[in-house]
Amino acid sequence: MSPAHYIFLAVILFVIGAVGVLVRRNAILIFMSIELMLNACNLAFVTFARMHGNLDGQVVAFFVMVVAAAEVVVGLAILMAIYRARRSASVDDANLLKN
Amino acid sequence: MINHLLANGGAGGTNLDPLFDEGLFWILAVLAVSAAIGMILVRQAVHCALMLAVVMLSLAVMYAMQGAPFLAFVQVIVYTGAVLMLFLFVVMLIGVNSAESLKETITGQRLWASLAGIGLAVLLVVGIGHAAIGTAAPTTSAEGADNLTGIAKLIFTTYVFPFEITSALLITAALGAMVLAHRERTSPKPTQREVARRKIESGQVAPEPPPGVYALHNAVDMPAMLPDGTTTDRSVSAAIIQRDVELGRDPQGDLAGDLAAGERIDEERQIEAGALGRDDQ
Repeated sequence: MSPAHYIFLAVILFVIGAVGVLVRRNAILIFMSIELMLNACNLAFVTFARMHGNLDGQVVAFFVMVVAAAEVVVGLAILMAIYRARRSASVDDANLLKN
Repeated sequence: MINHLLANGGAGGTNLDPLFDEGLFWILAVLAVSAAIGMILVRQAVHCALMLAVVMLSLAVMYAMQGAPFLAFVQVIVYTGAVLMLFLFVVMLIGVNSAESLKETITGQRLWASLAGIGLAVLLVVGIGHAAIGTAAPTTSAEGADNLTGIAKLIFTTYVFPFEITSALLITAALGAMVLAHRERTSPKPTQREVARRKIESGQVAPEPPPGVYALHNAVDMPAMLPDGTTTDRSVSAAIIQRDVELGRDPQGDLAGDLAAGERIDEERQIEAGALGRDDQ
């Protein structure tokens, strides 16, 4: 398959992830959508690496995976802290700073 | 199939059978996109996580097809293995039943979100459509057998500084998670004396009876039979009682009300009687 197909697939997945972030209100599901967007970016990186015939894109995708793993760990810990305090994982309920 | 992919190094059409390449791509693309769409539509968080797993596994195969076998395996191990498990753990802790309410708090949120999504898609597709995306570069040895060596060389030469920073990031993340997950004890830890006193005062010194009517059943949803022959629902977990109610069963576990259980008991009694008869002979 030509790289363009993969790039368009990555775009579609990224957009679906972005819509998921906008539509969902449960913080865990928002996180999953963000993971989907990161995965789409990784697919684009790998495709670009193949397009240019070198491995730099693959190394960047590897770093993205590491950063994503760290982000998930901290994010989910924050989520747990919020859930313990408010008994809710909905992003609408974390509104202490409002008013 | 993996062997086939890895042996060819996902040569982007040069070594890999083009028909196979194309067919696999379309199957995986349809699978990934439909799973991703399902992910933003399903209500249950667990279903959402499973859909995400489908997307991640399809992407892993695509990495293998594109000459990135190392990333394909890292994708399976790190993403599908570790990150998704972490998600499932948190879903489990927060409660599987915490499905979102469908009430929109911002009026027209879904409509505007879909419009924004379509707008973003058009923008990106038009932008990328105008960019000249070339064909795949001719396959180098770095894409096939030497993929791992090539990546290792790059990480430890050109990208050695980002790699070092990554270690700092991981340590920070681990520490951050520990700090955030740590709960300060607001009340002093009860001593052994206090625990014993509370037990005696509560009137029940022995532990709760474990579930299961002995000799007849060994199931967690069966209430324990006390020495006086009555059953007690204290032995059954509240979650299981709730499930019984949802399934339309009798949560008290009254065996007469549970037809299937009654039949089973009769059957078991017959078997028991038969066994006794044999013993008598």
